Amino acid sequence: MAEQRSPVDGAPLVTLYDEELPPDNSYAFSPEELEEDEMILNMGPQHPSTHGVLRVELKTDGEIVKDARPHIGYLHRNFEKHAENIDYQGVIPFTDRMDYVGSMGNSLAYALTVEKLLGIGVGERVAGIRVITAELQRIASHLLAMGTYGMDIGAFTPFLLCFQQRERILDLFEWLCGARLLYNYNWVGGVSHDLPEGWTDKCRRFLDEFVPVLDEVDKLLSHNKIFIRRTADIGIITPEMAKDYALSGPNLRGSGIDWDLRRDDPYLGYENYDFDIVVATSPHGPVGSCWDRYFVRVREMYESVRIVRQALDRLPAEGDVHENVPRFVRPLAGEAYCRSEAPRGELAFYIVAENKKPIPYRVKGRSPCFVAMGLFHEITRGEMIADIIAIIGSLDIVLGEIDR
Amino acid sequence: MITRFRQIEMRLMGPLTMIPIVLCLVVLGTIAALPVVATILSELVADFVPPALQHLTIVVLGTAGFVGILALNPIYSIWLERKVAAHVQDRLGPMRVGWHGLLQSFADGVKLLFKEDLVPRDADRVLFGAAPMLAVASAFAAFAIVPWGVREDGTVLAVANLNIGVLYFIAITSLGALAVLMAGWGSNNKYALYGGMRAAAQMVSYEIPTAILVLVVVAQVGSLSIPDIVNAQAGGILGVGDWLIFQLFPLNLIAFVLFFICGLAETNRTPFDIPEAESELVAGFHTEYSGMRFAFFFLAEYGNMLLVSMLAALLFLGGWIGPFGSNPLLFFVKGFGLVVVQMWLRWTLPRLRVDQLMGICWKYVIPISFFLLVVTTVIKGLL
Repeated sequence: MAEQRSPVDGAPLVTLYDEELPPDNSYAFSPEELEEDEMILNMGPQHPSTHGVLRVELKTDGEIVKDARPHIGYLHRNFEKHAENIDYQGVIPFTDRMDYVGSMGNSLAYALTVEKLLGIGVGERVAGIRVITAELQRIASHLLAMGTYGMDIGAFTPFLLCFQQRERILDLFEWLCGARLLYNYNWVGGVSHDLPEGWTDKCRRFLDEFVPVLDEVDKLLSHNKIFIRRTADIGIITPEMAKDYALSGPNLRGSGIDWDLRRDDPYLGYENYDFDIVVATSPHGPVGSCWDRYFVRVREMYESVRIVRQALDRLPAEGDVHENVPRFVRPLAGEAYCRSEAPRGELAFYIVAENKKPIPYRVKGRSPCFVAMGLFHEITRGEMIADIIAIIGSLDIVLGEIDR
Repeated sequence: MITRFRQIEMRLMGPLTMIPIVLCLVVLGTIAALPVVATILSELVADFVPPALQHLTIVVLGTAGFVGILALNPIYSIWLERKVAAHVQDRLGPMRVGWHGLLQSFADGVKLLFKEDLVPRDADRVLFGAAPMLAVASAFAAFAIVPWGVREDGTVLAVANLNIGVLYFIAITSLGALAVLMAGWGSNNKYALYGGMRAAAQMVSYEIPTAILVLVVVAQVGSLSIPDIVNAQAGGILGVGDWLIFQLFPLNLIAFVLFFICGLAETNRTPFDIPEAESELVAGFHTEYSGMRFAFFFLAEYGNMLLVSMLAALLFLGGWIGPFGSNPLLFFVKGFGLVVVQMWLRWTLPRLRVDQLMGICWKYVIPISFFLLVVTTVIKGLL
């Protein structure tokens, strides 16, 4: 077999793993290593609240969890390998399927990366539309996180109230591009459809009606005494730990670190919008608890509403959304890395291009959920079984993005 | 237009919420009228049977009426639960089968009947099979001492008028914990085992304050017989003033609230539903159950809910005594009203954690109930 060389600078590719990889099953707990009174509890992949097909192996002593090992890969769909055989635009529907409750953010990140690779920009109207859809998607995603988190803790009602509102955002998206979940909306150099007539008014009406409902749900769940007692002192991620594990998004801000790519590495003109970065204040316990991460998401929805309002106000009336869409995407040899603030954190794509080829040489997704799973074993050790569910929910993982 | 925007109202606290609930109460009241009908029938029949058999006739008819309630109660409680949940959550709930979904539970029951009777391969078949029966038996047997009224001649309308009624109640409800434990152990499933162990710990713990709170009532009234306890609450302003809950204010009010909390915990209802915590333990002790065995646990759960509510109504809310004199219907309205409160709580509150649940029991509920027992006894002694 010929030596593999990088298409960028011709350097030989290094084999990272010389030693033989351990057999598959050595990662799981073995019954021999159990002490007396310990038991292995297998949670998932069909468990109702592991948020998808996550499988967690717990070593328990009664209700106490001594150790937890997440097993991922049940939703692996070979996204990165597929991307190496499809032209640049064709990858976009695949990115939609990564974080399938935040599809707008995925295709946006990918489109931004390819645009960076090509060295093209988008018009003001396209940028405005992208901001509106991305922030609406953030609200939809956080609503899902909030509702399912309530359900994890045992409160069923907030879930349905949140989903009613999420449904209205999906209605808006359906009107916009015909799809409710996987939009294929952000194209390289533009978006697939312009805003339909009357869409902005509908969107404004939604925002006006959404805020009071969010207030109600917030009152119902966030400040409930039982809810606080269940979540405010478990799953602590200290700021140092959050930095060490490269957390991002609400999980990072939930640990009290003021970092948001929309402000610190702006794209799409986010620097022109007036909004606050929500950082956990932890009134109920140590900083970095499950409650903090949850509440950052709740307050972020209010900020997203602010951003959407401003974007709607300053959206240029005219403009062709396909103006900058290239006929052929054939970048010069090179690489591009572009990151953006997706609902779940820093979502980035790394693309290596071969010279004037229509298909990418390599596409790598940097997924915030995968990174968050990295510290799962640390924050679950010593907690109780019920807390495991609360911690999984507070990290707000989507398995489609972890496994890709 | 593809968008169906609708002004969303939070109906949780609004007065509008009460309309469907009142409607539900009317429907349930009609069901509850069964024993009343039986009572009237017994009155009519009483003229035609020899005096020696009168008592027997009343007991037989009363039992028939009550068994009728017990059979219908889960069916309509489930329907009511779904309706309450739906209206709390701003949706409609079952609407298709029958008027406003009234026959939905029958359809579900038929579905459960036709389901395959699955027993896991490594399950303990004896325990696995016996557990649902024991659960239902303990829930239904406890109803034997629930009286629903007194006739003018002093005959108590009940299946059995035990003079140690409350003791029987405490004894029989303990069997429920055994059933759950058997189900959890017999299923040979780790989740079921966790559910069973949690249930055993929880039910056993909360039986202590329940018993103490019953003693608070017994100490004030001076009788273990439930009809005596109710009769002691007669009179007062509007027929309401002498309900135990209003006596020695606020001691008995606290006792009532604690009793209700213990009832929630003993019936495994939210916020104390950790034995079947859906999001943690899949379905807890009944994870492996399906078909009619599964339905039996539901029958037991709704039976227990009604039992606890009725006991609370009897001990603290004056049973059948109210503004319009002594009326069995009033008793059922109170009982089902408390059932609705249980449902309302379930769809509003999150769930506690195991250690918090035990903490509440041992750190707060038990000391307070001991305190109440001592104080009420001392006050009664001084008066």
